[in-house]
Amino acid sequence: MVPYLFVLAPIALLVTFTYVPVANMFAYSVTDWDGLDRVKNFVGLANYVDVFTEPDNLRVFVVSLYYLGASFVQMALALYFATVLSFRVRLKNLWKGILFFPYLINGVAIGLIFLNFIRPGGGLDSALLAVGLESVIRQWTGDPEVINYTLAAVSVWRYMGLNFVMFLGAIASVPGEIYEAAELDGANRWHQFRHLILPSIKPIVGLSFILAISGSLSVFEVPYIMTNGGNGSETFVIRTIKMAFENNKVGLASAMAVVLLAIVLVVTCVQRRLVPEEKVDLT
Amino acid sequence: MLLTRMTRATVVMAGTAAMVALAACGGGGGGGGEPGAQDMDPETCGPAGDLTVLTWRTDLVEDGTFDAYVADFKEAYPEIGDVDIQGITDYEGEVKTRMSTDDYGDVLAIPGSVSPDQLSQFFEPLGELSEMQTQYRWVEPESFEGLSYGIPVVGNVMGAVYNVEVFESAGVTDFATTPEEFLTDLEAVKAANPGIAPLYTNYKDGWPLTAWQSYVGGVSGDPEFTNGMTTDEAPWSGGSDMEVIDGLLYDVVAQGLTEADPTTTNWEQSKQMLATGQIGVMMLGSWAIPQMQDAAEAAGESRDIIGYMPFPVQTDGTFHAVAGGDYNLAINVHSSNKCAARAWIDWFNHESGFSESQIGLSPLVDGPVPESLQAFIEDVELVEMAAAPEGQESLFSDIDTESGILTTSPDYRMKIVDDARSGARTKQQVFDDLNAAWGEAVQAVSAG
Repeated sequence: MVPYLFVLAPIALLVTFTYVPVANMFAYSVTDWDGLDRVKNFVGLANYVDVFTEPDNLRVFVVSLYYLGASFVQMALALYFATVLSFRVRLKNLWKGILFFPYLINGVAIGLIFLNFIRPGGGLDSALLAVGLESVIRQWTGDPEVINYTLAAVSVWRYMGLNFVMFLGAIASVPGEIYEAAELDGANRWHQFRHLILPSIKPIVGLSFILAISGSLSVFEVPYIMTNGGNGSETFVIRTIKMAFENNKVGLASAMAVVLLAIVLVVTCVQRRLVPEEKVDLT
Repeated sequence: MLLTRMTRATVVMAGTAAMVALAACGGGGGGGGEPGAQDMDPETCGPAGDLTVLTWRTDLVEDGTFDAYVADFKEAYPEIGDVDIQGITDYEGEVKTRMSTDDYGDVLAIPGSVSPDQLSQFFEPLGELSEMQTQYRWVEPESFEGLSYGIPVVGNVMGAVYNVEVFESAGVTDFATTPEEFLTDLEAVKAANPGIAPLYTNYKDGWPLTAWQSYVGGVSGDPEFTNGMTTDEAPWSGGSDMEVIDGLLYDVVAQGLTEADPTTTNWEQSKQMLATGQIGVMMLGSWAIPQMQDAAEAAGESRDIIGYMPFPVQTDGTFHAVAGGDYNLAINVHSSNKCAARAWIDWFNHESGFSESQIGLSPLVDGPVPESLQAFIEDVELVEMAAAPEGQESLFSDIDTESGILTTSPDYRMKIVDDARSGARTKQQVFDDLNAAWGEAVQAVSAG
């Protein structure tokens, strides 16, 4: 009996604060509730149809593609730095710290920092002027052609450090004597990367690729703070929140949240399938 | 964005947490007082006991203005116990969530998202509409089926705040009487003051753009304009209010007479920029005047540098300006102390001097006009938008929601600004798309 009593407390909390609200969210998603009315009318799957048919709702998926593309750039950079810093480098820990630091900063602070950095006449423009690149200067968030690249780049800056640390950890698990053996066989750094490091960290790279998909749909903080979703930078989550709290379409917003949840679940499943938790054999 | 399970989880949380928070507060209901069960005439019911008041004016809570109000109120009604003033920053969002419980104070302002047919679910009727109208202005919008549920604390008129010196330096001394003339004036302002934003949209913050919707009715001077839109399948045509207002927004942006990069605007900063002449004009209601004057004083300028002009259209040779109530005070239908709540509302409107201190119009029919607005009021004919006919109180908002345009949302006008800057859609295409969406919604809603 006693063990059950101990389990009861966390279960009660979990049910109250996770499962009941999520169940409510499912219930709202098939109603036309405006967030206020005491009466909620059942509308079936109309909200789900809206999520995938209204042009304004579909636009947010296009915006996700920018972030998906950026996540590949981010992984390439992370892999590059992780590889370089896994070899003997001076001030190794300092570089690691510098690369990882952005991830430690709060997303709101990052949004505010970059807001000032990229505003017209701000830090970025001054830096470009100083090196004679004034022809490159444009309205980084004001130009609808550029805005999503700008915001995606900020995301890369922010999250690259985390990828970097993950890759670095994976690389560290490669035993040192294998490098020595490779060097004796005449392998250069590129060969070592191509034939030793990459195969041994393949699972973690694969994992990162898959998570990039759900990650790019869930982009929120940076565009929300920097542009409030304006000028064509609205993402899926920003739109969900606007629908719920500005447009009073809680039913539709719940449906969007359910869709996001479903996508995340599917991606997690696929990831489990594709990346079995097996040991890598280097011999 | 991106990649790790941890980040993914966090961001998904951001999306769903908001929903979940909302969901967690669902249910409730029951309990509390019943409508009409308590005597609410402060003369006879004897206001006493504790009172909770929700307000959106956090600035007035912080600077002690409300403390003074409470002290005065207690002097008038010595039996009153504690008055708990709760200032709420995100008033709309937070109060809406609290309203899914019974605990949303005794006195509160009716959030904008409550549609007329929902009023009776949440608020105590304050009296017959026809009777209330003999005493108060702008009570129709928050009434339903002949009963009134809220009284505005202050009335606003819709014009535009501008920097007098900036316009004078450009040789503009008369108010523009047509949108075209207004654009020419702004060109002159730009030429005389290179580098400033002749008109500042406050695009980034979004909500200042919603003010544009409040000029509806002030173009034609037609108090029935909004009601007419419920049967008009193409309201953005024929020089209608909607066409003129959105057309002006489109033109002013397309001609480069607004800030260069709207995505980096800043509301707090804009006040100081207007005061120091970096901005010519901002399209905001009269509520903005005291804030701009304060900013001018803080910047070492005279308060008189801030002027107020009518929307640049004349109909039948006169300017029109829409006058309407700000937030309406109402009583929680579940309140256990409706007597004291009613006493607070009546006292606030009659005795507190709030509307004058805010440079707004008094909600009382025979109330005073503040000095700063006197000149403006003499230049314009005020328009009070008519209430929807009985039985159609929610028709406009139903069509508005159905069409997906949401005339009251910032997004709608942000899109117009986007198109005007990028040229992705011409002005006529914008109107055509709006007409198509609206026309479809009119048919869908009337079909039931």
